[in-house]
Amino acid sequence: MAVNQVSVFLENKPGTLDQMTEVLARNGINLRALSLADTNDFGIARMIVNDVYEATNVLKEENFVATFTPVLVYKVSDETGALNNILKIFSAANVNIEYMYSFIGKKAAYMIFRVKDTANAEKILAGKGLQSLTQEQIAEV
Amino acid sequence: MDRYFQAEIECAPREKILEIQNSKLVAQVKNVWDNVEYYRKKMQEKNLTPDDIKSVEDLHKLPFLTKADLKEAYPYGLLARPLKDCVRIHSTSGTTGKRVIAFYTQNDIDMWNECCARAIVAAGGTNEDVCQVSYGYGLFTGGLGLDGGSHKVGCLTVPTSSGNTERQIMFIMDLQATILCCTPSYAAYLAESMHEMGLTPEQIPLKAGIFGAEAWSEEMRRDIEKSLGIKAYDIYGLTELSGPGVAFECSEQHGMHINEDHFIAEIIDPETGEVLPEGSQGELVFTSLDKEAFPLLRYRTRDICTLNREKCSCGRTHVRMAKPRGRSDDMLKIRGVNVFPSQIETVLLNNGYAANYQIIVDRVNHTDTFDVNVEMTPDMFTDNVGEIQTRKKILEDGLKSMLGIKAKVNLVAPKTITRSEGKAVRVIDKRKI
Repeated sequence: MAVNQVSVFLENKPGTLDQMTEVLARNGINLRALSLADTNDFGIARMIVNDVYEATNVLKEENFVATFTPVLVYKVSDETGALNNILKIFSAANVNIEYMYSFIGKKAAYMIFRVKDTANAEKILAGKGLQSLTQEQIAEV
Repeated sequence: MDRYFQAEIECAPREKILEIQNSKLVAQVKNVWDNVEYYRKKMQEKNLTPDDIKSVEDLHKLPFLTKADLKEAYPYGLLARPLKDCVRIHSTSGTTGKRVIAFYTQNDIDMWNECCARAIVAAGGTNEDVCQVSYGYGLFTGGLGLDGGSHKVGCLTVPTSSGNTERQIMFIMDLQATILCCTPSYAAYLAESMHEMGLTPEQIPLKAGIFGAEAWSEEMRRDIEKSLGIKAYDIYGLTELSGPGVAFECSEQHGMHINEDHFIAEIIDPETGEVLPEGSQGELVFTSLDKEAFPLLRYRTRDICTLNREKCSCGRTHVRMAKPRGRSDDMLKIRGVNVFPSQIETVLLNNGYAANYQIIVDRVNHTDTFDVNVEMTPDMFTDNVGEIQTRKKILEDGLKSMLGIKAKVNLVAPKTITRSEGKAVRVIDKRKI
């Protein structure tokens, strides 16, 4: 099952990231993973949070532009070549990765992947033995 | 079926209108000659006396008045009546630092209010309507002008003035207001706020809006009409001439009828001052025929537009002026090219952005820099950096083809561009020339 990531538009200037995390903190949103894409004048904050809908709502109320994006999350075991093994399955299935980032859970590491056709990619990868995490599982790990 | 506030004059045959203009002009020139020394001297410099002006045909002989004259004659130099006859002043917002004061007798105010009443009736207003006036009240002519017009029509007038958006919306909803009068940028802001409160266009009781006092595009009109579920009518005026209502739109929404029984309009070449043939684009010049306290002859508005004398299907016979491409106060000369903010607005709306923008001009190493800050909207945002940059490039290309010069677009966070509740702050010119 694909997981919903929150994507937020940010201006590339001092203080904007802090304003966003401030809104999240005030509303009791817990960040599990965060990645920033940046250009000269703007950036996109991509986050996995404990409550996607609440996070998006409070951000919108505070005049941020925020949207959901489906991403795939896979567990990566802590051993040499683990990521490489996953990526090999991606390339064998001809799934192109738009971007990826990682986070460390309580017991293991996880990779988050953004691909074009999420549902189709998930099905193909599952056929090759890769099980993606659900929104509920993310909250637990 | 079109309704009129003063059908007899609004739909009068052309010969009748010309007859009125001829006799009023002769009397007004005499009045100004007798009572305004400043203008008499200007006429004398051209070897003119009132006898040289026998009809509208002779109007072109008269000297122009400009904003610079108003500044020079400030405050009382152009006043044509003793103070005991004057009952009010209004003053322009002075965005360019040149404050202008205009004086009114009671007759002047009545004439002006009737012009506004014509506009309200042309927008479908009757004495059954609830008319909310959200233009600023005070020195600005917007509030009191439409307020007076609304009274003449007999609408229930709600004088909210500008500001306090929550209260504005409360009155619109609680009193079931049907007509809204304000600046187009404030109308757009109200619409946005109402949508945020979860109100749909169907739930909004408004049916018509009378929007003026700043340049706005057809695209912005369509946006406002859709988001409020109304018909949006343009209204035109200048404090120097009275205020809003010098010209107004009818149900055709195709040009604004100039109240020709009170004002004569000419189009001139802004460079040479020559009167241009019918249908040409040029600077709009007005002569006020009935103003008693502050009668301006051949006042240069700096507005660039065209006049259209074709018969209008609404039945009104008064000439129509096109929406001005912008005041020269708004017009920017960037790298030698004339740029009107309304052009930028058109490109933004055509490309899916909202009309929330700010132009920043500066001069670095003797070259003008030209930035347009544009607010990101939920519609234009995606998680894909490349896609956002592509859309930005398309917008920059659109600006380039509209303006002929390149602008740098900066995407900024929503609601970060100052939206004053009166006129929008669209231009920041940092050049020290």
